[in-house]
Amino acid sequence: MDMPTTTKKKLGIKEKYALMTRGLDWETTYQPMDKVFPYAKFEGIKIHDWDKWEDPFRLTMDAYWKYQAEKERKLYAILDAFNQNNGHLGITDARYVNTLKLFLNGISPLEYMAHRGFAHVGRQFPGVGPRVACQMQSLDEMRHAQTQIHSMSNYNRYYNGFHSFPEMLQKVWYMSVPRSFFDDAYTSGPFEFMVAIGFSFEYVLTNLLFVPFVSGAAYNGDMGAMTFGFSAQSDEARHMTLGLECIRFMLEQDPDNIPIVQKWIDKWTWRGIRVLTLVAMMMDYMLPKKVMSWKEAWEIYFEENATALFNDLARYGIKMPDCAKQALIDKEHISHQAWATFYQYSAVSNFHGWLPSSEEMDWLSAKYPDTFDQYYRPRFEHWAKEAAEGRRFYNTTLPQLCQVCQIPMIFTEPTDPTQICYRESEFEGDKYHFCSDHCKHIFDDEPEKYVQAWLPVQQIYQGNCFMPDADPTKPDFNPIEEVLRYYNLQNGRDNMDYVGSEDEANFRAWRQTSTQN
Amino acid sequence: MPVKAIKDYPLRVADSVDKFHGNIMLFVGWDQHLMFCAPFAWALPPAMRFGDLIEGIFPASFGAHPDFALIDWSKVEWLKSGKPWAPDVNKSLAENGLGHKDCLRFRTPGLCGIKGSGS
Repeated sequence: MDMPTTTKKKLGIKEKYALMTRGLDWETTYQPMDKVFPYAKFEGIKIHDWDKWEDPFRLTMDAYWKYQAEKERKLYAILDAFNQNNGHLGITDARYVNTLKLFLNGISPLEYMAHRGFAHVGRQFPGVGPRVACQMQSLDEMRHAQTQIHSMSNYNRYYNGFHSFPEMLQKVWYMSVPRSFFDDAYTSGPFEFMVAIGFSFEYVLTNLLFVPFVSGAAYNGDMGAMTFGFSAQSDEARHMTLGLECIRFMLEQDPDNIPIVQKWIDKWTWRGIRVLTLVAMMMDYMLPKKVMSWKEAWEIYFEENATALFNDLARYGIKMPDCAKQALIDKEHISHQAWATFYQYSAVSNFHGWLPSSEEMDWLSAKYPDTFDQYYRPRFEHWAKEAAEGRRFYNTTLPQLCQVCQIPMIFTEPTDPTQICYRESEFEGDKYHFCSDHCKHIFDDEPEKYVQAWLPVQQIYQGNCFMPDADPTKPDFNPIEEVLRYYNLQNGRDNMDYVGSEDEANFRAWRQTSTQN
Repeated sequence: MPVKAIKDYPLRVADSVDKFHGNIMLFVGWDQHLMFCAPFAWALPPAMRFGDLIEGIFPASFGAHPDFALIDWSKVEWLKSGKPWAPDVNKSLAENGLGHKDCLRFRTPGLCGIKGSGS
């Protein structure tokens, strides 16, 4: 007897997706569904029909593994080749390596936090569509953290400042800026997290983070970092789609959701813009071969792209956040203000600071004709003169921090670039200080959340940033050295000026060895 | 507006005055001198004489600026929380009404930073 042959065709993507993602759960009867999904309602977002969620990409787990495995193979082949050929000696200049230190310390651990965040909200959404999408994104974020760490680990063999990034994220003063950004998102409800990370960061601002770093890597001969950027690109496109779909879904489900979503977009656009100050200074000051200025990047990726996006969202009643007006003014200033900060505090940073050369200052004058020569060149030229006379300026007094973004209060009044912007609120008898109207507004909306901020300066003065064996009562107690020991920062190697550093000397010697007899 | 939360949300102030071993935090910025990128923060005993802040603490923090040696302290204009304020240098921080996390600014008329740039 002949075996019966099946004539059924292979399942289509849509069918397969439906079979593998739908009808897998059930309505509980012993416990109310509100207890199964305890975080679904407290934020005030009203969802009437989760089935109205349209999956923006119908990716099943088997296909996901296949695509990602293929990308990994390519990535690791390139990384191996780059590392085995001593690719690090082909970069423009070892100053570039400091951008990687900034990325590995400040950004890669956030990828890991994003992994945790999407795993968490994926668990908490009652709708299966967003649950599946969040699960994929959670895995992507884990992969990004891993591939970034792997791409940069080769530099750790040759350069200082890479050795303790997970510990430093928890301890080093400026790391509280990216860390508190993500802690703020992670500790909010699932819908706010999606607006914070899925939409405001991954959609509105992501190009301002990844394009500068990936192009910066390409321009400066770092094929390793460039390749992980490309390897993450298709994932990022998926993340953007998810963020936008989530916004659309919330807005279409109930008109009461509109003001809540608008408030979160306003808040998280500003929180993201403040974190991007680090990228601004990286572009303008840290890349030996520059891609474009921060101001130009802002104009392309925010002013043009985000304006188009918010024009699209206008039909839902969503408007451009007010903070965009201040950001339009700030684009002329923040990179200079931030690099001046890291220059003077480079004794306590885990990467090097340095002064722009006279050619670089001319580049900055050309890119910032309305501000650089007037407000910032005198500062850098003064420091250059001081350094030439043996008085390299290191600021050793701790700065006042903004309670919300946790950046030192370095930003100036939108109406006066020579005046620090001071804002203040009082809550339950205590004073709180802010760098801007927008950070103050965020605090005033939820003061109980932000009074908990782990501000590094306050923590140092409370005595919480010393090793257990440190004794502040000893006569020779040196608080700065003790804080550096607590940071696990190798004093004299990881910190201080690039000029005269071990990184500078080693790179010069190794490059010479590789090109001469 | 209170935080939206799934249960009670206790108040946990991370930098209340009781955590500073008897000191108060004080913030001071020097207007038009942005070479110091941000106002400074100190934890100080409230019984400290205000004059000792200027004479004992400021030089190590602000002294690197070429304008610092030129300051005529009798002409300095002070602001507290952005409003004009007059300290008595011989009285203590507490007697001058300074409390935990107060924020002072001072202006030095005629001294406007490096080459008058506000730096």
